Amino acid sequence: MSSCHKPLQLLVLLFASLLFLQQAGAGEWSGYLGVEGRTFFNDPTDPRQKGDNLSFVAQPEYYTDWDNGNQSLLFVPFVRLDQNDPERSHADIRELIWLKASDNWELRTGIGKVYWGVAEAQHLVDIINQTDLIEGPDGEEKLGQPMINLSLLREWGTVDFFILPGFRERTFPGRKGRLRSVPGIDPNNALYESSRKELHVDWALRWSHIIGDWDIGLSYFDGTSRDPRFVPSVNSSGETLFVPFYDQIQQTGLDVQVTKEGWLWKLEAINRRGMGETYNAFTAGFEYTIVGTLDSQADLGLISEYLYDDRGINAITLFQNDLMLGTRLTLNDEQSTEFLLGIITDMDETSERSYFIEASRRIGDRWKLNLELRIFSLQNPVSPFYALRNDDYLQLELFRYF
Amino acid sequence: MKIRILMLSSLILLPLELFAQSPEEKGLAIAVEADKRDTGWNDIKTELSMVLRNRQGQESKRRMRSKILEVEGDGDKSLIVFDYPRDIKNTAFLSYTHALKADDQWLYLPALKRVKRISSNNKSGPFMGSEFAYEDISSQEVEKYKYKFIKDDQINGRDAFVIERYPQYKHSGYTRQIAWVDKEMYQPLKIIFYDRKDSLLKELVFIGYKQYLGKFWRPLKLEMVNKQNGKSTTLEYRDYQFKTGLTDKNFNRNTLKRTR
Repeated sequence: MSSCHKPLQLLVLLFASLLFLQQAGAGEWSGYLGVEGRTFFNDPTDPRQKGDNLSFVAQPEYYTDWDNGNQSLLFVPFVRLDQNDPERSHADIRELIWLKASDNWELRTGIGKVYWGVAEAQHLVDIINQTDLIEGPDGEEKLGQPMINLSLLREWGTVDFFILPGFRERTFPGRKGRLRSVPGIDPNNALYESSRKELHVDWALRWSHIIGDWDIGLSYFDGTSRDPRFVPSVNSSGETLFVPFYDQIQQTGLDVQVTKEGWLWKLEAINRRGMGETYNAFTAGFEYTIVGTLDSQADLGLISEYLYDDRGINAITLFQNDLMLGTRLTLNDEQSTEFLLGIITDMDETSERSYFIEASRRIGDRWKLNLELRIFSLQNPVSPFYALRNDDYLQLELFRYF
Repeated sequence: MKIRILMLSSLILLPLELFAQSPEEKGLAIAVEADKRDTGWNDIKTELSMVLRNRQGQESKRRMRSKILEVEGDGDKSLIVFDYPRDIKNTAFLSYTHALKADDQWLYLPALKRVKRISSNNKSGPFMGSEFAYEDISSQEVEKYKYKFIKDDQINGRDAFVIERYPQYKHSGYTRQIAWVDKEMYQPLKIIFYDRKDSLLKELVFIGYKQYLGKFWRPLKLEMVNKQNGKSTTLEYRDYQFKTGLTDKNFNRNTLKRTR
């Protein structure tokens, strides 16, 4: 299931299967087409990296159900065509999943997507799906994961069993792409701890429950780490690149949210074994919402999250002792206008910061405009993210929904 | 002995006292009767559409499906799934309403597959950018208000009680509401809303009541006009289905993820 680098072939395949499904009958099509423009404010760190970029994206969705809605099939293909980075031109099956549901259980079989957790700044507990990192540096986009998932719905909570056959490698920007490490990542020669490589079958277990104001989740994962480590390596043309190395890990996760009127208190914590030394990490914080700010209909949310990783500055993460402060403005207007502003600061070296603004607004009933601005203030040459220092960008996306 | 005399006299006085009910008692009695008559429907499935109009007359549409479960002694449970606009298609909103405390609310975001428990101080906030607030469309428990009977009146040829009601929920967006309650159906025909500063805010008219299962009255159309900003919203219900056999299991976090 490694990501495909022949988007045109995949596109043809996609449309053929879409047509087939439409012939098959009773389902329903929806989805979106989008165009994305990115402009970078500085010259790239590596002269081979390109500047301003245009990109097209499509994500149709086919849904059909039968058996009184107790069985359904969902198909969500995805394709992006990118002006400058051939790696970013990629396709994926986000979902192709059959659901069978009963009163007390649900069975999902196919390629699916699962989200665990409560925090905003990072998603420590969320581990089922691989990150489609080439889509955006925030890592919010995920690749489809082959799975068999049985959910048991009980009075004392929901228990989910997962069997995850087939591992997806993380996607990374290519040689010409921005927002990558320097040297870049070699996407074709990933290394694995397991001799079965990407065929290793992972499994996971989760219990989740609501007790009054508390939403609680406890999870366990055993299998191939979604986060790689990186090994410097020289390829056949003599170029130094980082090769991703995927360990076998065991991860225990806890996520809790306590909702008290305007306050959301959040905690995500993990213990991970198998990636070198055993380590712990957590995200803890709150979101407080002021309803009807300044006599208007807008809601103002104040967000603060502290991010900790006990590997300290050796952590292959930006977030070993960091603070995220953010504010969310929801206008509650007809266009569903929203703004999210934030700053993430390294508490060890407060000069290491990143700023972001995300905004979105519907236009008419069928269009949507998204804006994203990211500024990296990084001065420490030892940091693995130092390479992003010249990649401040402004991004506009226009989507047409159908 | 004294006690017995008192009891006796109160028995004799009882019919008289009913007659001399205070406006507050009469208002409450009307609300209690309305609640009693609308008890026992168990669950409702319906389709909703809204047309939002701004001052310039520009329109914006919403479509959604709703399931409601009657909960004895508490607010109802409701699940709303959005169909239109398309960018929020399959977004689902689950709410366990309560009369006086904050509701429990979860939002399912299908693009992220994320179920978010959300802050519920927003009962006074606009529902989907419309002129309806969450508290206007959620279940109407007797304890939500204190009441006062004002007068008898006629509206569109129908006899109505006019009662004033005062929200008891501390985050309500209103100081008071004046409701015209139909004397035959015990359902509202019109409500006028006053904001936190007690200025006239909105006017809501209920149109096209129909009776279901020989007992329960439901309107087909609600017209809400905001008198302060000139915007309006028409909310239409389609295809009411009562007692479809929904249970608690249709209103939990998991089913939220697979509701279509």
